[in-house]
Amino acid sequence: MKKIKIYDLIVIGGGPAGIAAAYSAWEKGLRKILIAERDSMLGGILNQCIHPGFGLEYFKEELTGPEYAWRFINLLPETSIEVLTDTMALKVTKDMEVHLSGEKSGFQILKAKSIILATGCRERARGALGIAGTRPSGVITAGAAQRYVNMEGYMPGKRIVIIGSGDVGLIMARRMTLEGAKVLAVVEILPHPGGLLRNVAQCLNDFDIPLLLSHSVTDIQGETRVDKVVVSKIDENRNVIPGTEQVFECDTVLLSAGLIPENELINAAGITIDNKNVQSSTPGIFVCGNALHVHDIVDNVTLEANKAGEAATEFVRGHSLNG
Amino acid sequence: MIDVAVIGCGIVGAACAYELSHYDIKITVFESENDVAMGTTKANSAIIHAGYDPSPGTLMAKLDVEGVKLAKELCEKLDIPYRHCGAFVLALNDDEVNLVERLYNRAIKNGVEEVAILNREDVLKLEPNVNNNVITALHAPTAMIVDPWEYTLALAETAARNSAEILLEHKVTRINEINGGYEIQTSKGAFEARTIINAAGLYADDIHNMIAEPEFTITPAKGEYWLLDKSEGTRVNSVIFQCPSKAGKGVLVTPTVHGNLMVGPGNISADSKDDVSTTADELEFVKQTAGKSVPGIDFSAVIRTFSGNRAHTENDDFIIKEVKPGFIDLAGIKSPGLTAAPAIAKMAAEMLTGNGMSLINKQGFIDSRRHIRFNKLNPEEKSAVIKKNPAYGHVICRCETVTEGEILDALESPIPPRSIDAVKRRTGAGMGRCQGGFCGPRILEILAKHYKCDFTDILQDKAGTYILTSKTKEDNL
Repeated sequence: MKKIKIYDLIVIGGGPAGIAAAYSAWEKGLRKILIAERDSMLGGILNQCIHPGFGLEYFKEELTGPEYAWRFINLLPETSIEVLTDTMALKVTKDMEVHLSGEKSGFQILKAKSIILATGCRERARGALGIAGTRPSGVITAGAAQRYVNMEGYMPGKRIVIIGSGDVGLIMARRMTLEGAKVLAVVEILPHPGGLLRNVAQCLNDFDIPLLLSHSVTDIQGETRVDKVVVSKIDENRNVIPGTEQVFECDTVLLSAGLIPENELINAAGITIDNKNVQSSTPGIFVCGNALHVHDIVDNVTLEANKAGEAATEFVRGHSLNG
Repeated sequence: MIDVAVIGCGIVGAACAYELSHYDIKITVFESENDVAMGTTKANSAIIHAGYDPSPGTLMAKLDVEGVKLAKELCEKLDIPYRHCGAFVLALNDDEVNLVERLYNRAIKNGVEEVAILNREDVLKLEPNVNNNVITALHAPTAMIVDPWEYTLALAETAARNSAEILLEHKVTRINEINGGYEIQTSKGAFEARTIINAAGLYADDIHNMIAEPEFTITPAKGEYWLLDKSEGTRVNSVIFQCPSKAGKGVLVTPTVHGNLMVGPGNISADSKDDVSTTADELEFVKQTAGKSVPGIDFSAVIRTFSGNRAHTENDDFIIKEVKPGFIDLAGIKSPGLTAAPAIAKMAAEMLTGNGMSLINKQGFIDSRRHIRFNKLNPEEKSAVIKKNPAYGHVICRCETVTEGEILDALESPIPPRSIDAVKRRTGAGMGRCQGGFCGPRILEILAKHYKCDFTDILQDKAGTYILTSKTKEDNL
């Protein structure tokens, strides 16, 4: 029987949180560390964030998303941290097993002394927003649009209305405009923008894109592809104010109305988290980055991931001393 | 010449194709859309009804009860996801207590097995989350839930494996009587057939009117639904009905075979047969109404709302009738149509025999279907399938754990998916809480590679639902 290798730490997710957490644990002295990443390369969502604005706090200089990621990825060859890309974590158990599946890596169950979940977040889809109307194509999340434009080199549409003023939506308003599309409006249900003010200035105001605050998309129409949306002003109770309807003829609706931490692995294991603390309800299992709570800027993700890496190191040390 | 032309490949058309493919005859199915199960079959309650609801003596009652038994056999044989979960009809006031008794008596008359009336304590023991004020309930343990897409696909694929021809994107535009049969004009050419089965669902009246005097009109009756996250999937164990009224079986709360919770349908008239839009008011009505039978549902866990149209006619019963020699209408197949479909198909086959067609069993009929569902495998099995084909190790849909291997299998199946939603209907990819936000672009890439076409050619669902407009830097916008 092959002897099962027991890792000091398995990090699930090779985005900014996962890499920083693994590196921080290595700096603190852990040596048997594995990062499992489902995509074909490390960096996570930063790979599609080709705009600048990253690193102002952590590195005191302005970087693009991929540049920020590579600051950390470049540190790894100097360490003993192992990386499995194209590998999806299917299951985590309270007794520190991780089930992994990959095209090249196969199916394997690994044991660890500590686990950090850095699985990021997902975007709220149309269904979760409960917008009535038909169900044509052309309604996609801002992040999916960003992937198509920045990674695949394709345009998801030409005349665009953006629902929600989260940062991804603001960034995509500018990005689509720069690629020649017409962004007709960004529609925000709240009386204030959802994203950073600097993004409102740089991505909307600089391009004369209207931001409609306290407005809601009440209907999406189109037989096969979106052909129009109806936007109305709402009162403080989020009721539509009659007579304020505006119709925007468009072929695309981008959704940027909230990010949701991706915690399905720990939920399935019956583990709970308190979103202020990297320690989960199971000793030795930690959560950091957008999986813990959604961060405005990646610099803060890095700081939190460092804490998770340190906490995992301490846990493994304490455990070895006691055991 | 085609022996039997089936018009429409929803559950009824697919069941006919499957039934008839047992025999040594030439079968062709004409479907106007780019996939099977695109009409009423696509959006309904996904329930195999026990059979207590239809009036005794009707075709609905007879075919429903026969259909339940056939459905279970088919699900086992053809690898169709189902759950034998049973159903309750709750009585919340004295009138409804009487109604539940009437339903019980009707169930007995219709030959429904295992039905019983349970008292409050017994109901709450089995279904602790239903309205506490329940007085009694009809319990029908033979009711099941099923995946209606895969049900249709399994029947159509098996028919195709047994040499039935399934022609997608062949919209029937005209039918002429010719010597010895009919000439069928479609959007892609003309065909000759000895007999025709009209299983055109919402459009069955239009097809009927191509060959005979108008006898019925299909009026689309829209039902809107909420589909909730798996976090709500165990709210109820079985299908929870309210007492039926003139408007139908009412709003129900049901688990789905995929582990979600579904709430609906409402009942309003649709603007057209293709109108499957949702409205804020009707969804609110469905939500409020569901609260009467199952209070406390967390509707903030919604992952999708949708609607489907029932094929209502002036007639209370199914319309199953030979209109002209060798032309059979299977029309007005509203609820319990999904349940009755295989029994309807058997009845149609008998009508053809009565018409003089000799149905001789085909040698070597293939009556099984299996495919790999990675997320249902245990660790040893997972390991083994990845060793056999590494594509099973590559997870594409992370919410539902669907692998590239399963998508490639679907692309090699007798009715390969042509759109992203067609992949969803076959593999479950994109059905989870992120609704394809993550896997959509990846499935698009797999489809483009398979069909050797550009990304801009890939569709979300039916014809015209393109996803990407052009390459960047390429188009004069």
